[in-house]
Amino acid sequence: MTQHLTAESAAAKSAWPPALTRVPYWVFQDEAIYRAEQEKIFRGPNWHYLGLTEELPKPGDFRTTKVGDASVIVTRGLDGGIYAFENRCAHRGALICLDKHGHREKDFACAYHGWTYDKKGNLTGVAFKNGVKGKGGMPASFRMEEHGPRKLRVALFQGLIFGSFSDAVPPIEDCLGGEISSRIKRVLGGRVPVVIGRFTQVLPNNWKLYIENVKDSYHASILHLFFTTFQLNRLSQKGAIIVDASGGHHVSYSMIDRQEDKDSEYSRQRLRSDSGYRLADPSLLEGFEEFPDGISLQILSVFPTFVLQQIQNAIAVRQIVPSSPSQTDLNWTYIGFADDTPAQRLIRIKQCNLVGPAGYISMEDGCIGGFVQRGIAAAADKESVVEMGGSRAESSDSRVTEASVRGFWKAYRACLNL
Amino acid sequence: MARDPFRLIAQAQADYARCIDDDRLEAWPDFFSESCVYKITTAENLREGLEAGIIFANSRDMLRDRVSALREANIYERQSYRHILGQPYILSDDGAEVRTETSFLVVRIVQDGDPQIYATGRYLDVYAMSDDVAMLNQRIVVCDSSRINTLLAIPL
Repeated sequence: MTQHLTAESAAAKSAWPPALTRVPYWVFQDEAIYRAEQEKIFRGPNWHYLGLTEELPKPGDFRTTKVGDASVIVTRGLDGGIYAFENRCAHRGALICLDKHGHREKDFACAYHGWTYDKKGNLTGVAFKNGVKGKGGMPASFRMEEHGPRKLRVALFQGLIFGSFSDAVPPIEDCLGGEISSRIKRVLGGRVPVVIGRFTQVLPNNWKLYIENVKDSYHASILHLFFTTFQLNRLSQKGAIIVDASGGHHVSYSMIDRQEDKDSEYSRQRLRSDSGYRLADPSLLEGFEEFPDGISLQILSVFPTFVLQQIQNAIAVRQIVPSSPSQTDLNWTYIGFADDTPAQRLIRIKQCNLVGPAGYISMEDGCIGGFVQRGIAAAADKESVVEMGGSRAESSDSRVTEASVRGFWKAYRACLNL
Repeated sequence: MARDPFRLIAQAQADYARCIDDDRLEAWPDFFSESCVYKITTAENLREGLEAGIIFANSRDMLRDRVSALREANIYERQSYRHILGQPYILSDDGAEVRTETSFLVVRIVQDGDPQIYATGRYLDVYAMSDDVAMLNQRIVVCDSSRINTLLAIPL
């Protein structure tokens, strides 16, 4: 009921137009919307990326992460299974685990009053439960099994760990659908990932502005000159976008055709692309044949906040964690594979220069959301125009489209009843 | 004159900081030898033995490319740094190469805005020594935090 009122009060700012081609700016600013998202999206029936199974190789290994505002402990149980639960003591709410990662054979113990939890998040001990010398202690009616932090459902897919606070979320394969699943398998399938770097980029903008950016194949070769000049990604080259039926997941991919273009729409429209700019050390772009399909770039997103990226041989997952209506943590995990040769690993490390907080083709994405956030500061009653490529949210052979951005809003509005 | 690695390295580091802070980035690669390694990573990545960096270069030409990209390609708000460096601590000196560790604090000023602490950390350096100059064979920039505000454009 509260959420219904929240949505209504937000909608009162200006009604959301029925079409997917307009997005009111208050959705990037409103505190009530932020709270509604926490409940309906982050604790709602969606799968959220929690980490890689390879990050928890041994029973007793754990990592802490976030699902929206919720701190979450992800463990490999002593039985070998992967579990996740809210990092919140059932007693008085303190964090149970303060470490980012580690290994624990024993139960987790809350620092405040020593309540303990096993790897599955079950409450296993209450300090002085029976009092001291017959005095104090919990009442006889207290049942440990009735108390505990919220547990997440966990789904494993191709080495990725997803979790959900909701019991209503469909199985992960159903949620992803065939096309998205096969595109994840294409990158991760049949091999063992190895983390080669972890960095957090603090974005000065609402989380949805970053997701819009990820899904926006229209901007890529305009904002990112580095990409364009070296023909990693031109809209004129072979590629397509896939938008799943829900709208929430997408894939954008392209294939390099070094013979092609030159006098494309870019020079005609005088977009900043033909600078004649050349690398002094082009070894940065000398990749190795990793994918037989010839696809050099694949950006894949899973609603709401997971991104799997293949840019040549630079593979990474990105986890988007909102921290306020106007600030977002973007967690990068750079990935290699266990069977990489040393030369291949070095290529990956060199190509990581393309991505991340200092990435030749991604640093702009770190600031562009902030430019929007600042630009719309006094425009809560105005709306953005998301009409490139029409009004629908469906797959397209052209990448000059905002179809997958519209897809995000389709799924988002369904989640929030907006 | 007796060889004085401390003086040469301290001088090189002060020069390095001035070069970046004065926006003379084109001269920045000249502090490195031709087959140098330059990497920006974080204490957490270093502890865990994770090899990839925020920036990784294994040639001086890659550093030149970084500068060209910043000048020609990348889009970011005008910004500047103020490097405050500690004294270099000499870890080892075999005559040809000197290994040092130096702490840094970098304040970033975006446009003409508030100076904000952008990064703290240490340089893990390997200097090639000659009679009158110390040149970087390797600089691993280890940031204390793994959080980077907005983006990292100008090198540390």
